[in-house]
Amino acid sequence: MDAPVNPPHLRSADTARVDLLLIAEMIAPESRVLDIGCGDGTLLRILSDKHGVDGRGIELSQAGVNQCVAQGLSVIQGDADTDLAYYPDLAFDYAILSRTIQATRNPRLVLEQLLRISKHVVVSFPNFGHWRVRAQLMFGGRMPRTDTLPESWYDTPNIHLCTIKDFLALCNDMGAHVERAVALNAYGTKLVSIPLSAQNLFGEQGVFLLSR
Amino acid sequence: MNENPGAESFAELKRREQITNPQSEVVHFPASKGLPLDSGAVLAPFSVAYQTYGTLNEDKSNLILVCHALTGDQHAANPHPVTGKPGWWETMIGPGKPIDTDRYFVLCPNVIGGCMGSTGPSSLNPATGRPYGPDFPVITLRDMVRAQARLLDHLGIDQVLSVIGGSMGGMQVLEWAATYKERVFSAIPIACAARHSSQNIAFHEVGRQAVMADPDWCDGQYLEEGRSPRKGLAVARMAAHITYLSDRALHMKFGRNLQDRDEVTFGFDADFQVESYLRHQGMSFVDRFDANSYLYITRAMDYFDIAADHGGVLANAYAGTKTRFCLISFTSDWLFPTEESREVVHALNAVAANVSFVEIDSDKGHDAFLLHEPELFDTIRGFLTSAARQRGLGEGG
Repeated sequence: MDAPVNPPHLRSADTARVDLLLIAEMIAPESRVLDIGCGDGTLLRILSDKHGVDGRGIELSQAGVNQCVAQGLSVIQGDADTDLAYYPDLAFDYAILSRTIQATRNPRLVLEQLLRISKHVVVSFPNFGHWRVRAQLMFGGRMPRTDTLPESWYDTPNIHLCTIKDFLALCNDMGAHVERAVALNAYGTKLVSIPLSAQNLFGEQGVFLLSR
Repeated sequence: MNENPGAESFAELKRREQITNPQSEVVHFPASKGLPLDSGAVLAPFSVAYQTYGTLNEDKSNLILVCHALTGDQHAANPHPVTGKPGWWETMIGPGKPIDTDRYFVLCPNVIGGCMGSTGPSSLNPATGRPYGPDFPVITLRDMVRAQARLLDHLGIDQVLSVIGGSMGGMQVLEWAATYKERVFSAIPIACAARHSSQNIAFHEVGRQAVMADPDWCDGQYLEEGRSPRKGLAVARMAAHITYLSDRALHMKFGRNLQDRDEVTFGFDADFQVESYLRHQGMSFVDRFDANSYLYITRAMDYFDIAADHGGVLANAYAGTKTRFCLISFTSDWLFPTEESREVVHALNAVAANVSFVEIDSDKGHDAFLLHEPELFDTIRGFLTSAARQRGLGEGG
């Protein structure tokens, strides 16, 4: 059998989590980082291997936590909605919420807590304003399912989906300073030099660097 | 059962040799270097017996201190000198095992108050030339930890790579990290809590009352009387043993199965297998443990409350800590439930400490930390490897 060639229209797993590389780019070396919803520790590993950061993680699933700790990462089982309150002010240089905010019960409160415990906050999320999402709902009349939002409406953990515009509006409401805002298209390419409305339409995910 | 249950058994006499002449290394601290205790008394002189495994490296940076539980001792990874059984943590400690003796130097001391060579209530009181018995001063877990620190001083060890233990051993780990922050590079408290709960104290009180209700306890002077409160101590052990297992574990092991019989006898024999099992646990425990040690060590656990020692706020105990923590609990442990570990985690978060926390799914109850639990092994191996790397130990040790 011939070795399969990656057809250009299919995305590898790496491209799918290109937001992680972009996040890693935003983190200053040697800093103190808290990754909320760290999963199996992929981002924490990238950070500690390449950037020498002092990384900690919080993960909801016990299996994920155990996997992380067995790899030597500092991770605790915990819930972003309830457990951030235990941390002191400005305990970290960066708090990262990668593709997690849409799964929290109270995104605004979580964001408030993050801005309290960390100098900088990095947030990434699947953009619900992406044209595919809009098209599925508009023309298919069904709840959208995409590569970044693969679950059906009845079993999705994503209970607070938002668009890039929605998120920026929340930041504005909260008085959070947006240091960087990057929209990534379906191929993981940064959308630059196009207006916000276009980013909100063509960006499949948004990555934001915030501070108080 | 013995014809005269109050008399000392042969095994017990054999065990008592370990008090004065243990099959372990022992450091004797002379009266001039006594141990000041939390109670205000001074234990002088005192001895600490210990076992080691592996080799200390040149810069003395690969030492792992293992703290044993209430009825454990220093024989963690060698056959027990009295029972001949494998060490209580032989699955964990050894070449290639999670606490890898090819890389690490493992030190396991007997706690003071114990009965395997460190000074305890059955040791000779220098003031009278007779066993301390009830005159032994009440000790705390911090006193035990202080004695261990003195042992490290004696061995010339400034900082341990890790201090690890389960149950009372885990409580000592928490005490170590609170009292000697600079000396603990990493800490692994397993199946424990930062304080003994009311329920835990209650169970201990039942055990102590069982011992003291035995006429052969002789007001604590049984050694001098040539007696032994075997029945009382066995009952204490039986009650305690139930708390180490989960309801499910007991059910899986015994159910309502009858012991060597087809129907109940309408009497008070051990009709059920679980009764027979507990009686066996009780009686075999008596051969290897001293009744007064049991009283003193359970008391030490009852007094344990790290937050109370630090203005009522647990986080205060760990302010400024640089220690890397890895807490581990088990889902079916109702003696030290996960919530207790989580409270410690929250306190450590409050001081932005470096902490990992793993809850392991197990139906084995509190005793899971002594058993073959693959996730426990993976966690400890992974955490120690990472700690060793951070400490600058090469992969080869």
